[in-house]
Amino acid sequence: MSGGRLAGKIWNHVWVHALVWLLVLFAVFPILQIVSISLRPGDQLYSTSLNIIPDGATLDAYRIMFTEKPFLLWMRNSLVVSLGTALIGVALASLGGFALSRSRFTGRGAALQGILMTQMFPATMLLLPLYLLMRKLHLVDTLGGVMVAYVATALPFCIWTMKGYYDTIPVALNEAALIDGCTPFQAFVRVTLPLSTPALVITALFSFMTGWSEFMVARVMLASKELMTLPLGLESLFTTYQTEWANYAAGSLLVCVPVVFLFLVLNRYLVSGLTLGSVKG
Amino acid sequence: MSTERAQNRLAFWFLLPSALVLLGVVAYPFFFNVYISLTNWNMFHFRNPEIIGLTHYIRIFSESDFYRIFGKTIAWTAINLVFHFTLGLGAALLLNRKLPGRNLYRALLILPWAMPQYISALTWRGMFNAEYGAVNILLAKVGIGAVPWFTSEFWAFMAPVITNIWLGFPFIMVIALGGLQSIPRELYEAARIDGAGPVRQFFSITLPMLKPVLMPALVLGTIWTFNNLNVIWLVTDQGLPADKTHILVTYVYKAAFVYYRYGYAAAFSVFIFLVLVVIVRGYDRVAREEAY
Repeated sequence: MSGGRLAGKIWNHVWVHALVWLLVLFAVFPILQIVSISLRPGDQLYSTSLNIIPDGATLDAYRIMFTEKPFLLWMRNSLVVSLGTALIGVALASLGGFALSRSRFTGRGAALQGILMTQMFPATMLLLPLYLLMRKLHLVDTLGGVMVAYVATALPFCIWTMKGYYDTIPVALNEAALIDGCTPFQAFVRVTLPLSTPALVITALFSFMTGWSEFMVARVMLASKELMTLPLGLESLFTTYQTEWANYAAGSLLVCVPVVFLFLVLNRYLVSGLTLGSVKG
Repeated sequence: MSTERAQNRLAFWFLLPSALVLLGVVAYPFFFNVYISLTNWNMFHFRNPEIIGLTHYIRIFSESDFYRIFGKTIAWTAINLVFHFTLGLGAALLLNRKLPGRNLYRALLILPWAMPQYISALTWRGMFNAEYGAVNILLAKVGIGAVPWFTSEFWAFMAPVITNIWLGFPFIMVIALGGLQSIPRELYEAARIDGAGPVRQFFSITLPMLKPVLMPALVLGTIWTFNNLNVIWLVTDQGLPADKTHILVTYVYKAAFVYYRYGYAAAFSVFIFLVLVVIVRGYDRVAREEAY
Protein backbone atom coordinates (compact mmCIF):
# COMPACT_ATOMS: atom_id res chain seq x y z
CA MET A 1 0.00 0.00 0.00
CA SER A 2 2.68 2.47 0.99
CA GLY A 3 4.64 1.39 -2.09
CA GLY A 4 1.79 2.61 -4.32
CA ARG A 5 1.70 5.87 -2.40
CA LEU A 6 5.42 6.34 -2.78
CA ALA A 7 5.25 5.71 -6.51
CA GLY A 8 2.48 8.26 -6.75
CA LYS A 9 4.56 10.76 -4.84
CA ILE A 10 7.59 10.25 -7.07
CA TRP A 11 5.39 10.55 -10.13
CA ASN A 12 4.03 13.82 -8.75
CA HIS A 13 7.55 15.04 -8.17
CA VAL A 14 8.58 14.24 -11.73
CA TRP A 15 5.61 16.14 -13.07
CA VAL A 16 6.33 19.23 -11.01
CA HIS A 17 9.95 19.24 -12.06
CA ALA A 18 9.08 18.72 -15.70
CA LEU A 19 6.66 21.67 -15.64
CA VAL A 20 9.12 23.94 -13.86
CA TRP A 21 11.84 23.03 -16.32
CA LEU A 22 9.58 23.73 -19.27
CA LEU A 23 8.84 27.20 -17.92
CA VAL A 24 12.50 27.86 -17.12
CA LEU A 25 13.44 26.83 -20.64
CA PHE A 26 10.85 29.22 -22.08
CA ALA A 27 12.15 32.04 -19.87
CA VAL A 28 15.84 31.46 -20.50
CA PHE A 29 15.92 30.42 -24.16
CA PRO A 30 15.96 33.95 -25.68
CA ILE A 31 18.68 34.99 -23.25
CA LEU A 32 20.82 32.01 -24.18
CA GLN A 33 20.24 33.02 -27.79
CA ILE A 34 21.71 36.47 -27.13
CA VAL A 35 24.73 34.92 -25.42
CA SER A 36 25.22 32.52 -28.27
CA ILE A 37 24.88 35.11 -31.06
CA SER A 38 27.26 37.50 -29.31
CA LEU A 39 29.95 34.80 -29.45
CA ARG A 40 29.50 33.91 -33.11
CA PRO A 41 32.32 34.59 -35.54
CA GLY A 42 31.41 36.60 -38.66
CA ASP A 43 30.96 33.58 -40.94
CA GLN A 44 28.46 31.88 -38.62
CA LEU A 45 25.93 34.65 -38.08
CA TYR A 46 23.34 32.86 -40.16
CA SER A 47 24.11 29.42 -38.82
CA THR A 48 21.16 27.18 -38.11
CA SER A 49 22.82 25.43 -35.23
CA LEU A 50 21.29 25.76 -31.78
CA ASN A 51 24.52 25.20 -29.86
CA ILE A 52 24.94 27.78 -27.14
CA ILE A 53 28.70 28.01 -27.59
CA PRO A 54 29.10 28.25 -31.38
CA ASP A 55 31.97 26.72 -33.34
CA GLY A 56 34.93 29.08 -33.32
CA ALA A 57 33.43 31.20 -30.54
CA THR A 58 35.02 34.65 -30.33
CA LEU A 59 34.77 37.80 -28.24
CA ASP A 60 35.27 39.93 -31.35
CA ALA A 61 31.84 41.52 -31.14
CA TYR A 62 32.58 42.85 -27.65
CA ARG A 63 35.87 44.30 -28.87
CA ILE A 64 34.11 45.93 -31.82
CA MET A 65 31.45 47.47 -29.57
CA PHE A 66 34.09 49.18 -27.44
CA THR A 67 36.61 50.13 -30.10
CA GLU A 68 34.74 50.64 -33.37
CA LYS A 69 31.21 51.54 -32.23
CA PRO A 70 30.34 54.60 -30.14
CA PHE A 71 29.09 52.27 -27.43
CA LEU A 72 30.79 54.22 -24.64
CA LEU A 73 29.22 57.43 -25.91
CA TRP A 74 25.76 55.83 -25.89
CA MET A 75 26.43 54.58 -22.40
CA ARG A 76 27.53 58.02 -21.23
CA ASN A 77 24.33 59.58 -22.63
CA SER A 78 22.20 56.88 -21.05
CA LEU A 79 23.96 57.30 -17.71
CA VAL A 80 23.44 61.07 -17.75
CA VAL A 81 19.76 60.71 -18.55
CA SER A 82 19.10 57.80 -16.16
CA LEU A 83 21.02 59.17 -13.19
CA GLY A 84 19.43 62.57 -13.72
CA THR A 85 15.98 61.01 -13.82
CA ALA A 86 16.70 58.95 -10.70
CA LEU A 87 18.03 61.94 -8.77
CA ILE A 88 15.13 64.24 -9.62
CA GLY A 89 12.61 61.42 -9.23
CA VAL A 90 13.78 60.47 -5.74
CA ALA A 91 14.04 64.08 -4.58
CA LEU A 92 10.56 65.05 -5.76
CA ALA A 93 8.82 61.82 -4.79
CA SER A 94 10.31 61.56 -1.30
CA LEU A 95 9.07 65.08 -0.52
CA GLY A 96 5.73 64.92 -2.32
CA GLY A 97 4.89 61.46 -1.01
CA PHE A 98 5.51 62.62 2.55
CA ALA A 99 3.10 65.53 2.20
CA LEU A 100 0.43 63.25 0.70
CA SER A 101 0.93 60.66 3.42
CA ARG A 102 0.95 62.91 6.49
CA SER A 103 -1.13 65.98 5.76
CA ARG A 104 -4.87 66.23 5.27
CA PHE A 105 -5.52 69.18 3.02
CA THR A 106 -8.39 69.93 0.66
CA GLY A 107 -7.84 68.36 -2.71
CA ARG A 108 -5.64 65.60 -1.34
CA GLY A 109 -7.98 62.86 -2.55
CA ALA A 110 -8.28 64.49 -5.93
CA ALA A 111 -4.51 64.78 -6.19
CA LEU A 112 -4.07 61.07 -5.41
CA GLN A 113 -6.76 60.09 -7.91
CA GLY A 114 -5.20 62.36 -10.52
CA ILE A 115 -1.79 60.81 -10.02
CA LEU A 116 -3.28 57.34 -10.50
CA MET A 117 -5.15 58.55 -13.56
CA THR A 118 -1.90 59.45 -15.34
CA GLN A 119 -1.12 55.75 -15.58
CA MET A 120 -4.00 55.41 -18.01
CA PHE A 121 -2.65 57.98 -20.46
CA PRO A 122 -1.51 56.34 -23.65
CA ALA A 123 2.12 57.27 -24.39
CA THR A 124 1.21 59.45 -27.35
CA MET A 125 -1.22 61.53 -25.34
CA LEU A 126 1.57 63.26 -23.43
CA LEU A 127 4.37 62.65 -25.88
CA LEU A 128 2.79 64.51 -28.77
CA PRO A 129 2.01 67.75 -26.89
CA LEU A 130 5.32 67.53 -25.01
CA TYR A 131 7.16 67.15 -28.28
CA LEU A 132 5.37 70.12 -29.85
CA LEU A 133 5.95 72.13 -26.67
CA MET A 134 9.62 71.29 -26.51
CA ARG A 135 10.04 72.22 -30.13
CA LYS A 136 8.91 75.70 -29.17
CA LEU A 137 11.26 75.77 -26.17
CA HIS A 138 14.13 74.43 -28.30
CA LEU A 139 14.47 71.43 -26.01
CA VAL A 140 14.02 68.84 -28.75
CA ASP A 141 17.25 66.97 -29.40
CA THR A 142 18.71 67.69 -25.97
CA LEU A 143 19.32 65.20 -23.16
CA GLY A 144 17.56 67.61 -20.79
CA GLY A 145 14.36 67.39 -22.82
CA VAL A 146 14.36 63.60 -22.66
CA MET A 147 15.05 63.75 -18.95
CA VAL A 148 12.01 65.97 -18.38
CA ALA A 149 9.83 63.44 -20.21
CA TYR A 150 11.23 60.55 -18.15
CA VAL A 151 10.75 62.32 -14.83
CA ALA A 152 7.13 62.92 -15.81
CA THR A 153 6.74 59.24 -16.71
CA ALA A 154 8.29 57.91 -13.53
CA LEU A 155 7.07 60.46 -11.00
CA PRO A 156 3.46 59.31 -10.46
CA PHE A 157 4.52 55.75 -9.67
CA CYS A 158 7.36 56.99 -7.44
CA ILE A 159 5.09 59.29 -5.46
CA TRP A 160 2.64 56.43 -4.90
CA THR A 161 5.39 54.12 -3.75
CA MET A 162 6.82 56.68 -1.32
CA LYS A 163 3.40 57.60 0.01
CA GLY A 164 2.50 53.93 0.51
CA TYR A 165 5.69 53.35 2.43
CA TYR A 166 5.38 56.46 4.64
CA ASP A 167 1.86 55.27 5.51
CA THR A 168 3.37 52.21 7.20
CA ILE A 169 5.76 54.23 9.42
CA PRO A 170 4.14 55.15 12.75
CA VAL A 171 3.43 58.88 13.02
CA ALA A 172 4.43 58.70 16.69
CA LEU A 173 8.10 58.46 15.75
CA ASN A 174 7.91 61.76 13.93
CA GLU A 175 5.98 63.34 16.80
CA ALA A 176 8.52 62.18 19.35
CA ALA A 177 11.22 63.99 17.39
CA LEU A 178 9.08 67.15 17.36
CA ILE A 179 8.67 66.99 21.14
CA ASP A 180 12.42 66.61 21.48
CA GLY A 181 12.74 69.98 19.80
CA CYS A 182 13.26 69.12 16.14
CA THR A 183 11.67 71.35 13.53
CA PRO A 184 9.27 69.43 11.25
CA PHE A 185 11.90 69.46 8.53
CA GLN A 186 14.59 68.07 10.82
CA ALA A 187 12.18 65.39 12.01
CA PHE A 188 11.58 64.39 8.41
CA VAL A 189 15.27 64.26 7.50
CA ARG A 190 16.54 62.58 10.66
CA VAL A 191 13.71 60.21 11.51
CA THR A 192 11.38 59.41 8.65
CA LEU A 193 13.80 59.47 5.73
CA PRO A 194 16.32 56.99 7.19
CA LEU A 195 13.45 54.59 7.95
CA SER A 196 12.30 54.73 4.35
CA THR A 197 15.44 53.35 2.72
CA PRO A 198 13.66 50.42 0.99
CA ALA A 199 11.16 52.72 -0.67
CA LEU A 200 13.90 55.17 -1.65
CA VAL A 201 15.81 52.29 -3.23
CA ILE A 202 12.78 51.20 -5.27
CA THR A 203 12.06 54.74 -6.36
CA ALA A 204 15.66 55.24 -7.45
CA LEU A 205 15.76 51.90 -9.26
CA PHE A 206 12.46 52.50 -11.00
CA SER A 207 13.38 55.99 -12.22
CA PHE A 208 16.80 54.79 -13.29
CA MET A 209 15.29 51.89 -15.24
CA THR A 210 12.83 54.24 -16.93
CA GLY A 211 15.71 56.20 -18.36
CA TRP A 212 17.94 53.21 -19.02
CA SER A 213 15.49 51.22 -21.10
CA GLU A 214 13.18 53.75 -22.72
CA PHE A 215 13.03 53.68 -26.50
CA MET A 216 9.90 55.25 -27.97
CA VAL A 217 10.29 58.72 -26.41
CA ALA A 218 14.01 58.89 -27.15
CA ARG A 219 13.32 57.94 -30.75
CA VAL A 220 11.09 60.99 -31.15
CA MET A 221 13.07 63.49 -29.09
CA LEU A 222 16.66 62.78 -30.07
CA ALA A 223 17.96 63.13 -33.62
CA SER A 224 21.70 63.81 -33.31
CA LYS A 225 24.07 60.87 -33.48
CA GLU A 226 26.12 62.28 -30.58
CA LEU A 227 23.07 62.25 -28.29
CA MET A 228 21.93 58.68 -28.94
CA THR A 229 21.12 56.74 -25.80
CA LEU A 230 21.77 52.99 -25.54
CA PRO A 231 18.36 51.89 -26.86
CA LEU A 232 18.69 54.13 -29.92
CA GLY A 233 22.27 53.03 -30.43
CA LEU A 234 21.46 49.35 -30.28
CA GLU A 235 18.51 49.78 -32.58
CA SER A 236 20.72 51.62 -35.07
CA LEU A 237 22.56 48.33 -35.59
CA PHE A 238 19.39 47.08 -37.30
CA THR A 239 19.60 48.62 -40.74
CA THR A 240 17.45 47.88 -43.74
CA TYR A 241 20.19 46.04 -45.55
CA GLN A 242 22.07 44.26 -42.86
CA THR A 243 21.67 43.60 -39.17
CA GLU A 244 24.84 43.45 -37.12
CA TRP A 245 23.55 40.61 -35.01
CA ALA A 246 26.70 39.75 -33.15
CA ASN A 247 27.39 43.38 -32.21
CA TYR A 248 23.80 43.92 -31.19
CA ALA A 249 23.84 40.81 -29.01
CA ALA A 250 27.12 41.77 -27.35
CA GLY A 251 25.86 45.30 -26.69
CA SER A 252 22.57 43.99 -25.29
CA LEU A 253 24.33 41.76 -22.82
CA LEU A 254 26.54 44.61 -21.67
CA VAL A 255 23.41 46.71 -21.11
CA CYS A 256 21.47 43.94 -19.39
CA VAL A 257 23.98 42.50 -16.97
CA PRO A 258 24.18 45.41 -14.48
CA VAL A 259 20.42 45.99 -14.58
CA VAL A 260 19.50 42.34 -14.17
CA PHE A 261 21.96 42.08 -11.31
CA LEU A 262 20.41 45.09 -9.55
CA PHE A 263 16.97 43.72 -10.19
CA LEU A 264 17.70 40.31 -8.68
CA VAL A 265 19.38 41.84 -5.63
CA LEU A 266 16.56 44.31 -5.00
CA ASN A 267 13.70 42.10 -6.10
CA ARG A 268 12.35 41.58 -2.58
CA TYR A 269 12.04 45.32 -2.00
CA LEU A 270 10.44 45.71 -5.37
CA VAL A 271 7.53 43.42 -4.66
CA SER A 272 6.70 44.82 -1.23
CA GLY A 273 6.81 48.34 -2.61
CA LEU A 274 4.61 47.45 -5.57
CA THR A 275 1.91 45.67 -3.63
CA LEU A 276 1.84 48.24 -0.86
CA GLY A 277 1.43 51.08 -3.31
CA SER A 278 -1.37 49.51 -5.27
CA VAL A 279 -3.40 47.68 -2.64
CA LYS A 280 -3.86 50.83 -0.66
CA GLY A 281 -5.00 52.65 -3.81
CA MET B 1 -1.05 74.22 17.52
CA SER B 2 1.88 76.08 16.08
CA THR B 3 3.62 72.82 15.24
CA GLU B 4 0.58 71.76 13.28
CA ARG B 5 0.75 74.96 11.31
CA ALA B 6 4.45 74.40 10.77
CA GLN B 7 3.66 70.85 9.59
CA ASN B 8 1.14 72.11 7.08
CA ARG B 9 3.51 74.71 5.78
CA LEU B 10 6.10 71.98 5.38
CA ALA B 11 3.62 69.85 3.45
CA PHE B 12 2.95 72.74 1.10
CA TRP B 13 6.62 73.25 0.29
CA PHE B 14 7.20 69.51 0.00
CA LEU B 15 4.40 69.11 -2.47
CA LEU B 16 5.17 72.18 -4.54
CA PRO B 17 8.00 70.83 -6.74
CA SER B 18 6.12 67.64 -7.63
CA ALA B 19 2.94 69.59 -8.25
CA LEU B 20 4.75 72.01 -10.56
CA VAL B 21 6.34 69.18 -12.54
CA LEU B 22 3.10 67.22 -12.80
CA LEU B 23 1.07 70.30 -13.73
CA GLY B 24 3.63 71.43 -16.28
CA VAL B 25 4.66 68.14 -17.82
CA VAL B 26 1.50 66.06 -17.36
CA ALA B 27 -1.60 68.20 -16.81
CA TYR B 28 -0.75 70.95 -19.26
CA PRO B 29 0.12 68.52 -22.08
CA PHE B 30 -3.10 66.66 -21.33
CA PHE B 31 -5.23 69.73 -22.01
CA PHE B 32 -2.98 70.82 -24.83
CA ASN B 33 -3.60 67.39 -26.36
CA VAL B 34 -7.35 67.91 -26.17
CA TYR B 35 -6.87 71.24 -27.93
CA ILE B 36 -4.70 69.67 -30.65
CA SER B 37 -7.36 67.03 -31.18
CA LEU B 38 -9.80 69.77 -32.19
CA THR B 39 -7.44 71.31 -34.77
CA ASN B 40 -6.23 70.36 -38.20
CA TRP B 41 -2.60 70.41 -37.05
CA ASN B 42 -0.49 68.28 -39.38
CA MET B 43 2.46 68.53 -41.73
CA PHE B 44 0.65 70.93 -44.07
CA HIS B 45 -0.79 73.16 -41.37
CA PHE B 46 2.17 73.14 -39.06
CA ARG B 47 2.42 76.90 -38.55
CA ASN B 48 -1.24 77.82 -38.82
CA PRO B 49 -3.42 75.11 -37.30
CA GLU B 50 -7.13 75.95 -37.17
CA ILE B 51 -9.89 74.67 -34.92
CA ILE B 52 -12.00 72.20 -36.85
CA GLY B 53 -14.12 70.86 -34.01
CA LEU B 54 -14.94 67.21 -33.73
CA THR B 55 -13.97 66.30 -37.30
CA HIS B 56 -11.17 63.98 -36.22
CA TYR B 57 -13.35 62.18 -33.73
CA ILE B 58 -16.00 61.58 -36.36
CA ARG B 59 -13.36 60.42 -38.82
CA ILE B 60 -12.00 57.87 -36.33
CA PHE B 61 -15.35 56.13 -36.03
CA SER B 62 -16.10 56.22 -39.73
CA GLU B 63 -12.86 54.52 -40.73
CA SER B 64 -13.22 50.83 -41.44
CA ASP B 65 -9.70 50.20 -40.11
CA PHE B 66 -10.73 51.48 -36.71
CA TYR B 67 -12.92 48.52 -35.81
CA ARG B 68 -10.28 46.03 -36.90
CA ILE B 69 -7.59 47.76 -34.83
CA PHE B 70 -9.86 48.18 -31.85
CA GLY B 71 -10.81 44.50 -31.98
CA LYS B 72 -7.17 43.56 -32.24
CA THR B 73 -6.33 45.67 -29.20
CA ILE B 74 -8.99 43.93 -27.15
CA ALA B 75 -7.78 40.53 -28.34
CA TRP B 76 -4.17 41.52 -27.64
CA THR B 77 -5.01 42.59 -24.10
CA ALA B 78 -7.23 39.61 -23.33
CA ILE B 79 -4.90 36.91 -24.71
CA ASN B 80 -1.90 38.40 -22.94
CA LEU B 81 -3.67 38.70 -19.60
CA VAL B 82 -5.04 35.16 -19.74
CA PHE B 83 -1.56 33.75 -20.35
CA HIS B 84 0.16 36.07 -17.89
CA PHE B 85 -2.20 34.95 -15.15
CA THR B 86 -2.26 31.22 -15.92
CA LEU B 87 1.50 30.96 -16.42
CA GLY B 88 2.33 33.35 -13.59
CA LEU B 89 -0.06 31.73 -11.15
CA GLY B 90 1.01 28.25 -12.27
CA ALA B 91 4.67 29.07 -11.77
CA ALA B 92 3.95 30.57 -8.36
CA LEU B 93 2.04 27.45 -7.25
CA LEU B 94 4.88 25.21 -8.43
CA LEU B 95 7.54 27.29 -6.71
CA ASN B 96 5.54 27.54 -3.51
CA ARG B 97 6.20 23.82 -2.85
CA LYS B 98 9.24 22.45 -1.14
CA LEU B 99 11.24 22.14 -4.31
CA PRO B 100 15.00 21.61 -4.33
CA GLY B 101 16.66 24.55 -6.09
CA ARG B 102 13.57 26.70 -6.06
CA ASN B 103 15.50 29.90 -5.39
CA LEU B 104 17.50 29.31 -8.54
CA TYR B 105 14.32 28.59 -10.54
CA ARG B 106 12.76 31.73 -9.15
CA ALA B 107 15.73 33.85 -10.20
CA LEU B 108 15.75 32.33 -13.68
CA LEU B 109 12.01 32.84 -14.13
CA ILE B 110 12.29 36.52 -13.19
CA LEU B 111 14.84 37.22 -15.92
CA PRO B 112 12.31 38.16 -18.65
CA TRP B 113 10.93 40.87 -16.38
CA ALA B 114 14.37 42.21 -15.47
CA MET B 115 15.61 42.70 -19.03
CA PRO B 116 14.97 46.05 -20.69
CA GLN B 117 11.85 45.61 -22.81
CA TYR B 118 13.31 46.91 -26.04
CA ILE B 119 16.14 44.37 -25.90
CA SER B 120 13.72 41.49 -25.38
CA ALA B 121 11.54 42.75 -28.22
CA LEU B 122 14.43 43.17 -30.66
CA THR B 123 15.82 39.77 -29.70
CA TRP B 124 12.50 38.08 -30.32
CA ARG B 125 12.26 39.88 -33.65
CA GLY B 126 15.49 38.17 -34.62
CA MET B 127 14.29 34.84 -33.28
CA PHE B 128 11.16 35.05 -35.43
CA ASN B 129 13.18 35.53 -38.61
CA ALA B 130 11.67 32.99 -41.01
CA GLU B 131 14.96 31.57 -42.27
CA TYR B 132 17.61 32.07 -39.60
CA GLY B 133 15.51 32.67 -36.52
CA ALA B 134 15.81 30.28 -33.61
CA VAL B 135 12.06 29.70 -33.40
CA ASN B 136 11.68 28.23 -36.86
CA ILE B 137 14.89 26.24 -36.50
CA LEU B 138 13.54 24.79 -33.28
CA LEU B 139 10.20 23.99 -34.92
CA ALA B 140 12.02 22.30 -37.80
CA LYS B 141 13.86 20.08 -35.31
CA VAL B 142 10.55 18.76 -34.01
CA GLY B 143 9.24 18.36 -37.53
CA ILE B 144 7.05 21.44 -37.92
CA GLY B 145 7.41 23.44 -41.13
CA ALA B 146 8.57 27.07 -41.27
CA VAL B 147 6.00 29.53 -39.90
CA PRO B 148 5.69 32.71 -42.02
CA TRP B 149 6.11 35.18 -39.15
CA PHE B 150 5.79 38.78 -40.43
CA THR B 151 4.39 37.86 -43.83
CA SER B 152 1.08 36.43 -42.71
CA GLU B 153 -1.20 38.81 -40.85
CA PHE B 154 -2.14 36.17 -38.30
CA TRP B 155 1.39 35.08 -37.45
CA ALA B 156 2.65 38.66 -37.43
CA PHE B 157 0.16 39.21 -34.62
CA MET B 158 1.11 36.01 -32.81
CA ALA B 159 4.82 36.92 -32.78
CA PRO B 160 4.43 39.96 -30.49
CA VAL B 161 1.79 38.09 -28.47
CA ILE B 162 4.27 35.31 -27.70
CA THR B 163 6.94 37.91 -26.92
CA ASN B 164 4.68 39.77 -24.55
CA ILE B 165 3.50 36.61 -22.79
CA TRP B 166 7.17 35.86 -22.18
CA LEU B 167 7.74 39.37 -20.88
CA GLY B 168 4.76 39.59 -18.59
CA PHE B 169 4.26 36.33 -16.72
CA PRO B 170 7.12 36.81 -14.19
CA PHE B 171 5.44 39.92 -12.79
CA ILE B 172 2.29 37.97 -11.93
CA MET B 173 4.40 35.11 -10.63
CA VAL B 174 6.27 37.35 -8.19
CA ILE B 175 3.08 39.05 -7.02
CA ALA B 176 1.30 35.70 -6.58
CA LEU B 177 4.25 34.17 -4.72
CA GLY B 178 4.15 37.03 -2.25
CA GLY B 179 0.42 36.47 -1.79
CA LEU B 180 0.72 32.68 -1.43
CA GLN B 181 3.21 33.00 1.39
CA SER B 182 0.74 35.01 3.44
CA ILE B 183 -2.04 32.37 3.33
CA PRO B 184 -2.19 30.57 6.70
CA ARG B 185 -1.40 26.84 6.45
CA GLU B 186 -4.23 25.99 8.86
CA LEU B 187 -6.82 26.84 6.23
CA TYR B 188 -5.56 24.01 4.02
CA GLU B 189 -5.38 21.60 6.92
CA ALA B 190 -8.95 22.38 7.89
CA ALA B 191 -10.06 21.93 4.29
CA ARG B 192 -8.28 18.59 4.04
CA ILE B 193 -10.00 17.36 7.19
CA ASP B 194 -13.30 18.40 5.64
CA GLY B 195 -12.39 16.27 2.65
CA ALA B 196 -11.68 18.98 0.09
CA GLY B 197 -9.38 17.87 -2.75
CA PRO B 198 -6.59 19.97 -4.28
CA VAL B 199 -8.86 21.48 -6.95
CA ARG B 200 -11.50 22.44 -4.43
CA GLN B 201 -8.80 23.89 -2.16
CA PHE B 202 -7.47 26.00 -5.01
CA PHE B 203 -10.84 27.53 -5.86
CA SER B 204 -12.15 27.92 -2.29
CA ILE B 205 -8.98 29.01 -0.50
CA THR B 206 -6.06 29.94 -2.74
CA LEU B 207 -7.85 32.03 -5.34
CA PRO B 208 -10.04 34.06 -2.94
CA MET B 209 -7.08 34.67 -0.64
CA LEU B 210 -4.97 35.88 -3.55
CA LYS B 211 -7.63 38.28 -4.80
CA PRO B 212 -6.40 41.34 -2.86
CA VAL B 213 -3.00 41.14 -4.54
CA LEU B 214 -4.17 39.90 -7.92
CA MET B 215 -6.89 42.51 -8.48
CA PRO B 216 -4.52 45.50 -8.54
CA ALA B 217 -2.18 43.45 -10.72
CA LEU B 218 -5.07 42.80 -13.09
CA VAL B 219 -5.93 46.50 -13.32
CA LEU B 220 -2.32 47.54 -13.81
CA GLY B 221 -1.72 44.67 -16.23
CA THR B 222 -4.71 45.68 -18.33
CA ILE B 223 -3.51 49.27 -18.55
CA TRP B 224 0.09 48.32 -19.31
CA THR B 225 -0.85 45.75 -21.94
CA PHE B 226 -3.45 47.97 -23.60
CA ASN B 227 -0.88 50.79 -23.77
CA ASN B 228 2.15 48.71 -24.69
CA LEU B 229 3.95 50.45 -27.54
CA ASN B 230 7.33 48.74 -27.40
CA VAL B 231 6.50 45.16 -28.12
CA ILE B 232 4.34 45.44 -31.22
CA TRP B 233 6.37 48.32 -32.64
CA LEU B 234 9.74 46.63 -32.24
CA VAL B 235 8.85 42.99 -32.84
CA THR B 236 6.91 43.68 -36.03
CA ASP B 237 9.23 46.50 -37.13
CA GLN B 238 6.60 49.27 -37.11
CA GLY B 239 3.62 47.09 -37.93
CA LEU B 240 4.70 44.58 -40.56
CA PRO B 241 3.24 43.36 -42.84
CA ALA B 242 2.14 46.71 -44.33
CA ASP B 243 0.73 48.25 -41.12
CA LYS B 244 -1.57 45.26 -40.60
CA THR B 245 -0.31 44.46 -37.10
CA HIS B 246 -1.20 47.58 -35.14
CA ILE B 247 -3.00 47.96 -31.87
CA LEU B 248 -4.43 51.37 -31.00
CA VAL B 249 -1.31 52.84 -29.39
CA THR B 250 1.14 51.80 -32.09
CA TYR B 251 -1.28 53.00 -34.76
CA VAL B 252 -1.49 56.41 -33.09
CA TYR B 253 2.27 56.59 -32.59
CA LYS B 254 2.79 55.98 -36.27
CA ALA B 255 0.13 58.51 -37.25
CA ALA B 256 1.80 61.14 -35.07
CA PHE B 257 5.51 60.57 -35.53
CA VAL B 258 5.80 58.91 -38.93
CA TYR B 259 2.89 60.56 -40.79
CA TYR B 260 2.77 63.79 -38.71
CA ARG B 261 -1.03 63.72 -38.44
CA TYR B 262 -0.97 65.56 -35.12
CA GLY B 263 -4.62 66.52 -34.74
CA TYR B 264 -5.85 63.09 -35.77
CA ALA B 265 -3.40 61.32 -33.44
CA ALA B 266 -4.36 63.60 -30.55
CA ALA B 267 -8.05 62.75 -31.00
CA PHE B 268 -7.20 59.07 -31.11
CA SER B 269 -5.18 59.39 -27.89
CA VAL B 270 -8.14 60.94 -26.10
CA PHE B 271 -10.30 58.07 -27.28
CA ILE B 272 -7.80 55.46 -25.98
CA PHE B 273 -7.67 57.22 -22.63
CA LEU B 274 -11.47 57.20 -22.35
CA VAL B 275 -11.63 53.49 -23.18
CA LEU B 276 -9.18 52.78 -20.37
CA VAL B 277 -11.11 54.91 -17.91
CA VAL B 278 -14.25 52.91 -18.73
CA ILE B 279 -12.42 49.58 -18.32
CA VAL B 280 -10.86 50.55 -14.98
CA ARG B 281 -14.22 51.86 -13.73
CA GLY B 282 -15.72 48.51 -14.72
CA TYR B 283 -13.15 46.60 -12.65
CA ASP B 284 -13.81 48.95 -9.76
CA ARG B 285 -17.53 48.33 -9.90
CA VAL B 286 -17.10 44.55 -10.06
CA ALA B 287 -14.71 44.64 -7.11
CA ARG B 288 -17.09 46.78 -5.10
CA GLU B 289 -20.20 44.72 -5.84
CA GLU B 290 -18.40 41.57 -4.78
CA ALA B 291 -17.29 43.22 -1.56
CA TYR B 292 -20.88 43.61 -0.38
